[in-house]
Order: sequence, then C-alpha cells, then structure tokens
Amino acid sequence: MSTLHTVNKSPFERSSLISALNHLRPGDALLMLEDGVVGARKGSAFAGLFESAAKGCGIYVLGPDLAARGIAEGDVIPGAKLVDYGGFVDLVTAHQRTQAWL
Amino acid sequence: MKLGILVNEGPYTHQASDTAYQFTKAALEKGHEIFRVFFYNDGVNNGTRLTVPPQDDRNLQKAWSELAEKHKLDLVVCIAAAQRRGVLDEGEAKRHGKDAHNIAPGFRISGLGQLVETGIAADRLVVFGD
Amino acid sequence: MAEVEAPQVDTGIKKKFMFINRKAPYGTIYALEALEVVLISAAFEQDVSLAFLDDGVYQLLKGQNTTGIGMKNFSPTYRALGDYEITKLYVEQESLDERGLNPADLMEITYEDENEDFAKKPSLRIVGRSELTEIMAQQDVLLNF
Repeated sequence: MSTLHTVNKSPFERSSLISALNHLRPGDALLMLEDGVVGARKGSAFAGLFESAAKGCGIYVLGPDLAARGIAEGDVIPGAKLVDYGGFVDLVTAHQRTQAWL
Repeated sequence: MKLGILVNEGPYTHQASDTAYQFTKAALEKGHEIFRVFFYNDGVNNGTRLTVPPQDDRNLQKAWSELAEKHKLDLVVCIAAAQRRGVLDEGEAKRHGKDAHNIAPGFRISGLGQLVETGIAADRLVVFGD
Repeated sequence: MAEVEAPQVDTGIKKKFMFINRKAPYGTIYALEALEVVLISAAFEQDVSLAFLDDGVYQLLKGQNTTGIGMKNFSPTYRALGDYEITKLYVEQESLDERGLNPADLMEITYEDENEDFAKKPSLRIVGRSELTEIMAQQDVLLNF
C-alpha cells in the first residue's frame, strides 16, 4: 500500500520538500508540481537530497509547470520522470493515498 | 475510479485552483468519475460570480462553472468558510440580513460533512492548497 | 463552530482518516479550519486521528495567550476532542526536538476510556518520524490544509 506525495512549493521557499523526503517509504512516489518543480532542477542546492532520500521511490515532475517556469526537460535531476496532468491522475490512482505536503 | 477533489485556495493568488481544474479535466478525459469538488479555506472564493478578471487571461470561476455544467459535477463551497469570507447564496444572504448574494452558477453551499462524505465515498481524495 | 451534519447515507464504510497539521497556529487559518473538519468528522463514525509535525506541534503548546493579537484562542478545543471520541493525536518527536520543545511543553489532552471504567488516558502519542511514517501509510484518507 503506497503513497503519492505531492510537493507544490520550492524548497528554497518552504521546507515541505524536505518533510516529504523524510516521510517516504520504498514504493512511494514523489511528484513536484507548481513552484515545487524548482526542487527538481539539476545543480540546485537540493539536488543531492534525492540520491539517498528517494531510494526505491519514483520521482516525478509535472511537465507543464516545468515549461511554465522556463526549466528545460534536460535540466531536471537524473532519474526524475516527467508527467502531464493525465500522468498526475494515473499516479493518484496507482497509489492508495495522496499526501499533499503544502 | 471515483475521485474527490479538495481546493483550499482562492483563484489567482495561488495556483491551487488552476492545478485542481487541470487535474479534474484530465481525470474526466480519462473516464474517471469526480464524486465532488469541495472548496474550503480561501477556496470558497472560487465560487463568487462577481469577479471581473482581465479578458486576455483565463476566467477561473467560469471555467469551473462550465466544467460543472458539462460533466454534471458537484461543486460544493463550505458554508462556514464561505460565511467568514463573504460568499453567500440567496438563502444565506436572507438568513444573515445581507443585502446581496454572490454564489456563482454551478456551485452550491453546504456543510463540512460533505467533505467528510467525499473522503468516505471516493476511492481517492486529492488536496490542492498552498 | 460549524453545525454538525449527520451523514445522508449510512454507508457502513469505516475508513481511517488522518488530519495532518504542519503549520503553527494564528499566522494562517489552517490550524483552526482543519480542527473544524475534525469536529465534523466525529459524527461520521470513522477512525479519525491527527498528526502534528513540523510547525504543527506549536498548535499543541500550552499557555497560548492571544489577547495581544486580538484573535480567539482556540487551543482549548483540542482538549475537547476526547469527548468526541477522537483520542489519537500523534506528535512527531523529531519535530519537537528540532524546535527545542519537549512533551512537557504541550497541553495535557486526555480522554476517558469507557472500556476501563472511564480511566483518564493521554490522547497525545509522541512517536518517532519513522513510526509516524508507518502510521500514515495505514491511513485511507489523508487531509492536509
């Protein structure tokens, strides 16, 4: 029974990404959306967190929010998968519950 | 699946209502059923018909009203949160001696129990907030 | 507080609802309006629990005095939760530690266990982060504000 964790704020603005990463279980998924996509950019101060904290979890980024903020797909941390709103819906249905880290 | 949507922020100031709208649209396109969209906290402000947003950008209230009409969605605005923030239907306006009401078409005002019921009845509940 | 509305349909379904509180009180309305949902949920006979982590632990601090800010002090409401049979308030240990707080700083919140001659028992359960993660993973519905 897995959980989809959503993070909608930049880690530079709010600690919600850190909190989410601190509460992951193997098999869970983490989706960054809205300003949260800032946390998915390669080379940021937070990029290193994903390596250890996200073991065994799927890391996703909402593509439309990335594009809106001018972040190119190629500039996303390795291993993160891009999804659109349809993909977001699929993530919600694939996992038993959704936890919004606001 | 049956999905429940909770929108905790008003239009424009936060992206929450936009994201919830796009998510809801995508879910419907995939053939899922939307059990209810519940508007709480500042989310009740999505349900006022008095907004006049700029013409060259999206009209969130109209978008929700139209989506609701097209797909027979149940858009519920929480009565307690609405009272706090001044979103009223005709009955509420009369009840509280207010000289106007402003609820948008397609939205209805009801109690928090409708949110709890959504959690019980839906297969998934997704929260959109700040 | 909002009126309690009885459920329209007795579905017979009992789900595990967890209300997650991560923000300090008064700076935003989320703590108060989340509590209003908790109180309504009591009428629906679901398995309701609350989690307090990150700044949410501040909602439970004793000695809240709001006269200076002109807002209603709603912290006594947490102490009434036991009367609504909401008896599981999980508090994350690491969130306390990070803030220099300890359990003695928190309000005394109890419930009466009808299975044990109405003995008074603590509703606050201080749990470690990994234990709270496991508890969250057992829930059916997670509500965040």
